[in-house]
Amino acid sequence: MDLATILHMQPEVMLSFIIIILLLGDLIIRQPNHRILQFMAFGLLVVHIAANLTISDEVLFGGMYHSTPMASVVKTILTVGTLLVILQAGPWIRREDTRHKAGEFYLLTFSTLLGMYFMVSAGSFLMFYVGLELASIPMACLVAFDKYKHHSAEAGAKFIMSAMFSSGLMLYGLSLIYGTVGTMYFADIENALTGTPLQIMAMVFFFAGLGFKLSLVPFHMWTPDTYQGAPTPISAYLSVISKGAAAFALMNILLRVFGPMVEDWSLLLSVVIVVTITVANLFAILQSDLKRFMAYSSISQAGYIMLAVLAGDEQGMASLVYYIVVYIVANLAVFGVITNVEQHTGGLVDREAYNGLYKTNPRLTLVMTLALFSLAGIPPFAGFFSKFFVFASAFHQGYYLVVFLALVNTIISLYYYLLIVKAMYITPNDSPVPTFKSGPLSTVCLTVCVAGIVVLGLCSGVYELLQHVAGL
Amino acid sequence: MEIHVIHYLIVSTVMLFCGIYGFFTRKNLLAILISVELILNATNINFAVFNRYLYPDALEGHFFSLFGIAIAAAETAVAIAIIINVYRNVKHVLTDDINELKG
Repeated sequence: MDLATILHMQPEVMLSFIIIILLLGDLIIRQPNHRILQFMAFGLLVVHIAANLTISDEVLFGGMYHSTPMASVVKTILTVGTLLVILQAGPWIRREDTRHKAGEFYLLTFSTLLGMYFMVSAGSFLMFYVGLELASIPMACLVAFDKYKHHSAEAGAKFIMSAMFSSGLMLYGLSLIYGTVGTMYFADIENALTGTPLQIMAMVFFFAGLGFKLSLVPFHMWTPDTYQGAPTPISAYLSVISKGAAAFALMNILLRVFGPMVEDWSLLLSVVIVVTITVANLFAILQSDLKRFMAYSSISQAGYIMLAVLAGDEQGMASLVYYIVVYIVANLAVFGVITNVEQHTGGLVDREAYNGLYKTNPRLTLVMTLALFSLAGIPPFAGFFSKFFVFASAFHQGYYLVVFLALVNTIISLYYYLLIVKAMYITPNDSPVPTFKSGPLSTVCLTVCVAGIVVLGLCSGVYELLQHVAGL
Repeated sequence: MEIHVIHYLIVSTVMLFCGIYGFFTRKNLLAILISVELILNATNINFAVFNRYLYPDALEGHFFSLFGIAIAAAETAVAIAIIINVYRNVKHVLTDDINELKG
């Protein structure tokens, strides 16, 4: 083994260098100039994506690092999503109280992205744990980024406490697994697992830990508070990128490590899925704060994503990644609109603030409507196909009841997504949000998101590509 | 009396459940932080003990507990920074006063 081995981890190495360059850039540029930093972050990330479009299958450091072809696709998807978040964070980061620490925002965001890279391409629980923590500790700093706002600090405290608690539970599960099999490498654990009661208990602890990260019911209590209190672009990042990475990592581990115990975890997962979708849907109806509402919506979407994990085959893997892509564009479109509108309502994100938005800002309303339709799963938008593939893969494996209950819930979710559409188009309002023009970068971001919502649904190549990669 | 794996495991399990109990019942953010530390240290004991008694010819468990300690320290640093932030905003670190986000 020589030093050149490390070059095989190209995405991670490049991202680390980008983080260092940004850190130095932040130090050197004395005047707090967020524009130069935003340009730097954007440019470096584009170069990073272009350089890492290859699909690689590497096992390095004696199995500690294992990048499957699907993992490299997921890394690219996460990076593109981060790019979109950076684009739409503009109006928030330009504000008077945050602009002097714009550099920190990019540093912390990229650090969490690096953590997710390690998380999805881990080959050992040690690497996985380090990646998970690298993804969640800077995230807590991001959530508490608006230092002088009470809400942000409160959300940060809730986030870091539940993150620590959940990783504690997860570690306890891992220690029990280590006690029963004597190794931490995924490949060795799979051969040694037999499904003894102690191992089942360890698996439940592990699942509870990751359930917190994915905000599955009953581990979802932190999610609405954190999303509501965090700055809007951070809520967007938390809801799509962080969740996508955790979902892929969970599927990877359940299949590759806990494969021999599939009967145990599939029952557990079925119950959790049904409860997650139902509870989140019922609570979402009650919400009037839009960010809180999106939090419950993202909990229920996480339930749908877990259906693909339940299927547990190549089709499930492909539909999971496809779901994540579609979810990223749709959710980022909604959060992009919220970010833009809240600049003109004095930070208010209530549903009432959106009454009559159509009269003054028809284009933003259209973006929001398309995104909500996609989230609800109305054809011909991408959300319909992503839900369809996920349902099909779980149905194919014979989980008829779970799929049926999820389908019933889709109809409930249609109701609350349309509540917002109704507020924007129909509900009369004497003083709607004044007409405004969103900045060029957020316009680009919203355009890309809308194009994604429409194109991903209509062109079948994306799903076929993912299925091809899943079969490699 | 000879000390076996089981004795260590009893200690670590008690620590785990004390931590979980404390996490749900304490009202002070710092006390909650201490409860979480109890959970994390229970896992470190587990790793070290399993390595020492069951798999003494490799060092994986010891390394895992070293990493666990380092990461727990990083998490605690961030958590305390955020708690100080909460204190500056509310002048308290009691969870009863940190209840603006709900619904």
